[in-house]
Amino acid sequence: MVDLRVKIHDIEFKNPVTVASGTFGFGEEMLEFVDVNKLGGIFIKGLTLENREGNDYPRMAETASGMLNAVGLQNKGIDYFIDHIYPNIKDFDTHIIANVNGSTVEDYIAVTEKLNELDKIPAIELNISCPNVKQGGMLFGTSCPSAIAVTEAVRKAYDKTLIVKLSPNVTDIAEMALAVEGAGADSVSLINTLVGMAIDAETRKPILSTVTGGLSGPAIKPIALRMVWQVYKAVKIPIVGIGGIMNATDAIEFFLAGATSIQVGTANFIDPGISVKIVDGIEAYLQKHTISDVNDLIGALEV
Amino acid sequence: MSKIVEDHQIVDIQNPIEENYIITFKSPVDIPPISPGNFAEIHIDNKPGVFLRRPFSILDVDYQKREISFYIKVIGKGTQQLGEYKIGDTVNLIYPLGNSFNIPDAAKKVLIVGGGSGIAPFILLGKVLKKRNIETTFLLGGRSKKDILLTEKFAKYGEVFATTEDGSFGEKGLVTQHSVFTSSEFNFDKIFTCGPDPMMKAVGKIAQEKEVACEVSLENMMACGFGICLCCVTATNEGNKRVCKEGPVFNVNYLKW
Repeated sequence: MVDLRVKIHDIEFKNPVTVASGTFGFGEEMLEFVDVNKLGGIFIKGLTLENREGNDYPRMAETASGMLNAVGLQNKGIDYFIDHIYPNIKDFDTHIIANVNGSTVEDYIAVTEKLNELDKIPAIELNISCPNVKQGGMLFGTSCPSAIAVTEAVRKAYDKTLIVKLSPNVTDIAEMALAVEGAGADSVSLINTLVGMAIDAETRKPILSTVTGGLSGPAIKPIALRMVWQVYKAVKIPIVGIGGIMNATDAIEFFLAGATSIQVGTANFIDPGISVKIVDGIEAYLQKHTISDVNDLIGALEV
Repeated sequence: MSKIVEDHQIVDIQNPIEENYIITFKSPVDIPPISPGNFAEIHIDNKPGVFLRRPFSILDVDYQKREISFYIKVIGKGTQQLGEYKIGDTVNLIYPLGNSFNIPDAAKKVLIVGGGSGIAPFILLGKVLKKRNIETTFLLGGRSKKDILLTEKFAKYGEVFATTEDGSFGEKGLVTQHSVFTSSEFNFDKIFTCGPDPMMKAVGKIAQEKEVACEVSLENMMACGFGICLCCVTATNEGNKRVCKEGPVFNVNYLKW
């Protein structure tokens, strides 16, 4: 038997495999494809204070080994979530983690205060790295003072585990991680998408309605691994690794670089059952290498 | 877990004409009921370069033989590479996805307008309409004769008309210029349409003018196809809706075109 349990702050996860916000809905939409109870956790679709319609179509462009998206946080708002979605998902046998977004610090606080009251949500992921909204989002996550300000404010409003999702669109991600650690984050998740664009040479127009969007998929994995490694060397809090994880081997690479757990994102679009297959694959890797505890892999990169 | 997510073996690839083909897969399990308008997401992984699955309307299904087929028009890398598979190869399919066409209980006569690969969902629809004894008229549009396909198949389920822009087959002009629309006997209870956006919009407009119910099947780009990514949305009277989940079939009056 191998031990797949990991801890992020004071939450124990049955295994280190979770799914990334925006790639798994609220979990309930995926029940016809996968047994969500086998996952360590679900980072649910990003929430905002009010209903948001998101950006205009087209919102997606396929790229080499990846995709650009410009969804723009389409969601029905925190109150709708609490009344209509939370009751359906609160009893899943996996950790539900809410992804919190806002245009202003006050928005973030208002959403956080409401989530603080929900017993079955043990943690929030503070999204200061969404590249697809005009106000807030990534603007908070690309300068240290603003990242500190929003993290400190949300920290005061939230009693449970606070994970801050970092943007890769910065010069020094370790500095950002240190800044939010100092501001009270219990963990950091990285990386969010990289800002990119796609052009139609025939029409001379951008493919996305927003011109730029967020790049995800295996194309960004080398950058994500490098950033997880840099952050691992800089901070003491646990890291949730994200970026182009398509299989168990990719996940293992993130553990070796310093991630305690991982999020499967874009891969869910191609194989809606991939997350549970990755749990099985990690177990098989540990058995093959006679490693009894997945925690032994964290930061175990031999340089 | 009601959806099929399975590796399927290719049992047939037919090229009715260049740049178009019909590909048939055999399912390893019983095929669940398919409604006209449903689609599948196909994972084309024979070569690098196609990352996401591609959505295709289901052309036809044989429940006994566990076979499901698709009409594919080559428009890009995905459709090109799918046609490069060989009989016997396996490909992963997810289906049935999306909603389906609504046939009014009282319908006696319906008009189906298809262009390009947009004709794909109308074989299954034609079958259902025929079973319900509803008189069906198919109107197919294309640039020239080579674009008007599957006419023999459609003829099994109703009368078939066509328009071509160069006049090489059927009436000359666009589908919306066809005499079926100007005829004094225009008395359809419903119009179904699928094809290029400008064609659907034009058909939708005529339907609104004539006060005939009209459903369109949209072909927006999708990343997932099963309601998760929120990339394929279309603007409706009730905000952005997912073409893969709330659609692909929408009442034209519900859309903000």
